[in-house]
Amino acid sequence: MKQVRIHGRGGQGVVTASELLSVAAFNEGKHAQAVPSFGSERMGAPVVAFCRIDDRPIRSREPISAPDAVVVQDATLLHQMDVFHGLSAEGFVVINSERGMSELGLDDLRARVSPGRALTVPATALSLEHVGKNVPNVVMLAALAAMTGWVRLDSVLMAIKERFHGRVADGNVAAAQAAYDNITAQLEAFRAHAD
Amino acid sequence: MLTQIEGSLAVAKTVALCRPEVVPAYPISPQTHIVEALSAMVKSGELTPCEFINVESEFSAMSVAIGASAAGARTYTATASQGLLFMVEALYNASGLGLPIVMTVANRAIGAPINIWNDHSDSMSQRDSGWIQMYARSNQEAADLHVQAFRIAEELSTPVMVCMDGFLLTHAVEQVDLPEQEQVDGFLPPYEPRQVLDPADPVTIGAMVGPEAFTEVKYLAHHTHMQALELIPQVAEEFRQAFGRSSGGLVDTYRCEDADTVVVALGSVLGTIQDVVDDLRDEGVSIGAVSLLTLRPFPLDELHEAIRGARRVVVVEKALAVGIGGIGGIVSLNVRVALSDPTLPVYTVIAGLGGRPITMVSLRRLFADAMADRLERTTFLDLDTELVERELARVAAKRRTGPLAENIIRDASAIAARQAAEA
Repeated sequence: MKQVRIHGRGGQGVVTASELLSVAAFNEGKHAQAVPSFGSERMGAPVVAFCRIDDRPIRSREPISAPDAVVVQDATLLHQMDVFHGLSAEGFVVINSERGMSELGLDDLRARVSPGRALTVPATALSLEHVGKNVPNVVMLAALAAMTGWVRLDSVLMAIKERFHGRVADGNVAAAQAAYDNITAQLEAFRAHAD
Repeated sequence: MLTQIEGSLAVAKTVALCRPEVVPAYPISPQTHIVEALSAMVKSGELTPCEFINVESEFSAMSVAIGASAAGARTYTATASQGLLFMVEALYNASGLGLPIVMTVANRAIGAPINIWNDHSDSMSQRDSGWIQMYARSNQEAADLHVQAFRIAEELSTPVMVCMDGFLLTHAVEQVDLPEQEQVDGFLPPYEPRQVLDPADPVTIGAMVGPEAFTEVKYLAHHTHMQALELIPQVAEEFRQAFGRSSGGLVDTYRCEDADTVVVALGSVLGTIQDVVDDLRDEGVSIGAVSLLTLRPFPLDELHEAIRGARRVVVVEKALAVGIGGIGGIVSLNVRVALSDPTLPVYTVIAGLGGRPITMVSLRRLFADAMADRLERTTFLDLDTELVERELARVAAKRRTGPLAENIIRDASAIAARQAAEA
């Protein structure tokens, strides 16, 4: 089972992101369970959502305390809470930022996880460019797909097209594709460097 | 059709397939998405003929449901928490009059202190209201139970409450095999009321009954529930044959064969418990789980059979009977009645109150303590004794200690800050 925790702020589509991730996994015939952390959600307040993905039916409903991946939709949360709590050394981290991990002061984290498993992606910039709004949520999913391979890009794109329509769908698909390519390029550069 | 869908929406779509003719409802978290979806389906014409009535309170919701059901309409509503409490007087009228209303309770704690999160305090408080009560373990089961609930309610002319954990199920997105309209139509015949307000054939409903016959009316309500003990497994079996999957029934056992320790619970926590049972069985531990799918009528014989042979029973319940903690909680008291050996240890575990997560780690520790027979008769799972001690110390030190909930949350955030600083 893969367990994903998504951090963001109210209004950024955190809950939608976990839901679409579950739909993407479902589209591949997998079992998936998406749940928001329940609270009195307000615009701008920290919000957390969870998604489990497995080949078998998922029965447990405990909150995810040891995630296999953490998605951070809003980098300002890094100063507010321990978004990496419970993350294993084999875990993945993807952060929405135009800056790199070092610039964000996250060299410790990068040293803690396996090489190439903690990356940033400019999801806000990509969503502004392609969707015309700051909606980084589905962009981050494509980045996660590129990093982990837990769901395929086409499954994410299918989930986007099922959920959105018209220009919003087209924009999100373009932004997701761009985020996927961005991460793929980072990983290739990483491998080239390692060789 | 297999769909990845939010629990609330799955229930709303399934209820719509049951062709309710009147839905009076008042929104309250975490039930809101269910009635929002139904109102949208009525407005769009997807659910027709059906009247969705926006009422001004839950008391009105149940009152309108009573009127609609008495007029011969298939009637559905949903509520939670304080909303359920607000409709209590009408709730007893619905069952007392024998009106087959189906209602979802999106289980949520009862205030004060106000709390929107999940536990079973709301529906447990109405366990003796005369409504049949069924508890769903998953969103698939929640959806399926509604199809069965209309069958059971209408056949017996008595109302049915389908309880599903608020947020944990209502807001969870997971796969649900939604039935087709033809399947539901084949399983659920049109509503044929036993009594109906019809100007062409006038009757009154709701006569005052004095001492000469009140006992008999109540006896017959009990008799109906005893009939439900026969009907509920039949309907579950028919459902399995028609839809190709098992949902509902009275009790369900999981790896209970020769189990020394049997855990009894209701609702969505059973999934987590079953995962823990699997882990422990892999380690050679003799443990199983019993799902109590129907709480009213209470399936005494089936539960007796399920826990027969166990050396101890652990009842995990998400509600608290304040003032009787030492003897057992609401569910445990019922479970005790099903024991063949009254000396058998029955451990009451109060868990998940007000949305406190029930984790596999805590359950493992709990079951280990139970198997070593070192549990108290009543255990509050993951009770923060420091918080409790602080308040008790305040109370001992001075008279005007101020409001309890405010004191506790102030302490809780201070402790959290201290722990964060230490970490």
